[in-house]
Amino acid sequence: MPPETTPLLQVRDLHTTFPLRSALLRRTVGHVQAVAGVSFDIPAGGTLGLVGESGSGKSTVARTIVGLEKCAAGSILFEGEDLTSLPPARMRQVRRQLQMIFQDPYASLNPRATVEQIITEAWEIHPDVVPRDRFKPEVRELLERVGLNPDHAARYPHQFSGGQRQRIGIARALALRPKLVICDEAVSALDVSVQAQVLNLLAELREDLGLAYLFIAHDLSVVRHISDQVAVMYLGRIVETASQQELFAEPVHPYTQALLSAVPDPLPWARPPRTPIIIGGDVPSPADPPSGCRFRTRCWKAQDVCATEDPALEPRLGLHPAACHFAERRTELVVG
Amino acid sequence: MTSEPLLSVRDLRVEFSTSAGVVTAVDGASFDVRRGETVALLGESGSGKSVTAQAMLGIIPKPAGRVTGGSIEYDGRDLLALPATATRELRGREIAMVFQDPLSSLNPVFRVGAQIGEMFRKHRGASRKEARAEALELMRRVGIPAAEKRLDDYPHQFSGGMRQRVMIAMALALSPRLLIADEPTTALDVTVQAQIMDLLARLQDEEGMSLVLITHDLGVVADVADRVVLMYAGRVVEAGPIREVYEHSAHPYTAGLMGSLPAIDGPRERLTPIQGAPPDLLDLPSGCSFRPRCAFASERCADEEPVLLGAPGRPAPHSSACHHAGKVLTDAP
Ligand SMILES: Nc1ncnc2c1ncn2[C@@H]1O[C@H](COP(=O)(O)OP(=O)(O)OP(=O)(O)O)[C@@H](O)[C@H]1O
Ligand SMILES: Nc1ncnc2c1ncn2[C@@H]1O[C@H](COP(=O)(O)OP(=O)(O)OP(=O)(O)O)[C@@H](O)[C@H]1O
Ligand SMILES: [Mg+2]
Ligand SMILES: [Mg+2]
Repeated sequence: MPPETTPLLQVRDLHTTFPLRSALLRRTVGHVQAVAGVSFDIPAGGTLGLVGESGSGKSTVARTIVGLEKCAAGSILFEGEDLTSLPPARMRQVRRQLQMIFQDPYASLNPRATVEQIITEAWEIHPDVVPRDRFKPEVRELLERVGLNPDHAARYPHQFSGGQRQRIGIARALALRPKLVICDEAVSALDVSVQAQVLNLLAELREDLGLAYLFIAHDLSVVRHISDQVAVMYLGRIVETASQQELFAEPVHPYTQALLSAVPDPLPWARPPRTPIIIGGDVPSPADPPSGCRFRTRCWKAQDVCATEDPALEPRLGLHPAACHFAERRTELVVG
Repeated sequence: MTSEPLLSVRDLRVEFSTSAGVVTAVDGASFDVRRGETVALLGESGSGKSVTAQAMLGIIPKPAGRVTGGSIEYDGRDLLALPATATRELRGREIAMVFQDPLSSLNPVFRVGAQIGEMFRKHRGASRKEARAEALELMRRVGIPAAEKRLDDYPHQFSGGMRQRVMIAMALALSPRLLIADEPTTALDVTVQAQIMDLLARLQDEEGMSLVLITHDLGVVADVADRVVLMYAGRVVEAGPIREVYEHSAHPYTAGLMGSLPAIDGPRERLTPIQGAPPDLLDLPSGCSFRPRCAFASERCADEEPVLLGAPGRPAPHSSACHHAGKVLTDAP
């Protein structure tokens, strides 16, 4: 990535909160800070992999960017325009350049609509993208683009396999010619062969159309495969971020190290045995996060300072940004 | 682990009638699960893994689907021949299931704690208060943070991974002897996944629970499974001890799966998926279903459907349904 390009997406100090309601008192008794100060950039044509603890706020980050959740504080700059303060009409225009692909392709496709209807629906809402008399040829082109048979445009979602349905979801996301596609666990439900097809397709689309991705996944091999940059989340915050190469080779935050050490190896017999780092203790509630460092209650390195001083996400050890007072190199974690 | 099977599936066939015709979702599948053992069911999307699990639990969606052949023997009784009330009883107490899609299997209008507690009320006659305490204990066991504060949440207030843990908690509630887990950790990060797999392994050690694990994650399978059963287009195409099958794949489909994996180390290269499209169950080729996608396919593969036989030159119990198993074994990298 050349440094002179202005980022396509700049997320700054993003906060998203959910009210915590008491069933007994029937009123709001607090707030869940699902996202508590997250910042990152995605350049045009770049891919940021977002990984981390389940419940750490990855989907909420994604949903807030596309406007499905309300941003409580911070800014979301898309090509320099702040999505959190755009007037509704302009927002609609900008929004279409940001599309999302979901984990469950079936649940997100209308079962009563044909593939053609699913794709053209977006053009009905945004009539300036494709003129009506071009619908049919454009649908064919899109289906071909994602590796589906264009003659199948009149079929319904249930007539396709899981991998093919995921391709329909991708075709629908591409219909509005987005610049950024957010993939939230988009390949997790697929078998590894179909997953390989879809990952190859995403890589091709990135090359041919210059798409950028925010790629959320739990499978770290997949994230390593597709990402330029990787950010690791824990309890509403990014705790470490680096280029794909550096993050996997030289993770310095204890949480990242634990995460990488737990990656299951499909051929464990071929390598010397690893000792996964077990993180003990309970994940704290995002409604009541620990003082100081949010990971300290489960960290084997925690000292007094960790409870009083929130570690900044800044370059450590002459490497990449990590939010840990005791960042340390550890290279033997990833299998191999 | 004793060698006597707890569960024995023989020649299972399940059909669905659809508007386009009759689909044979499971087409003569056979495999065993011994006490305390973990058997992984792997295979193509749509190959019949979840339907096989539904058949074991007697929950094939009716009237579209029905079991048209075979037997499922559990602890000496044929589940398919038992009256519905008896299977329901077994399903409550001895055989538990974690479903693939946690959101659609949790009731959106009931609080999470009450849904878990319901298991104890229904099957153990627990009081509301006892059920609540048991639910809390289980939520802690599966690692739900601040469990006491989240008992009264609704499912949509949980993240995907937390809902999955609730499903696991419900399945474990009555200490089942057989747990069928369909993609139980797909929605979880690898550290929580490791924690859940540890919990399941502990239950297997302590209580001799058997586990049928359906997953796409070859790494998890390598980690926890004793044996693996691979399915393609409704059939078992390869089966055997996990290391044996992974290191000496004797079916081209298995070899293709292993070859599709992105690596966690080494250089990044374009991935190599299995060529061709997944099979159309309404229009299967003659002979071997995998033939149109197979580099080894010969005339024989079109004429004669391969049956599951011992993998040539490999120690039993490794079996493969491929006419060219010997060649697949020697050609593998
Ligand atoms: N609608 C909601 N109401 C209340 N809390 C919510 C809501 N949606 C999410 N949360 C909470 O916000 C936090 C972050 O959830 P989110 O779904 O973003 O996590 P995630 O990182 O995507 O997790 P996973 O990997 O399990 O999908 C969790 O604690 C979750 O319980
Ligand atoms: N209720 C149903 N009606 C009609 N066909 C069905 C039904 N349920 C399953 N099938 C068909 O049976 C076949 C096997 O489905 P199954 O859900 O067992 O696949 P699977 O191996 O679990 O796949 P995945 O890995 O994607 O979960 C599929 O072709 C599916 O379309
Ligand atoms: Mg999520
Ligand atoms: Mg399934």
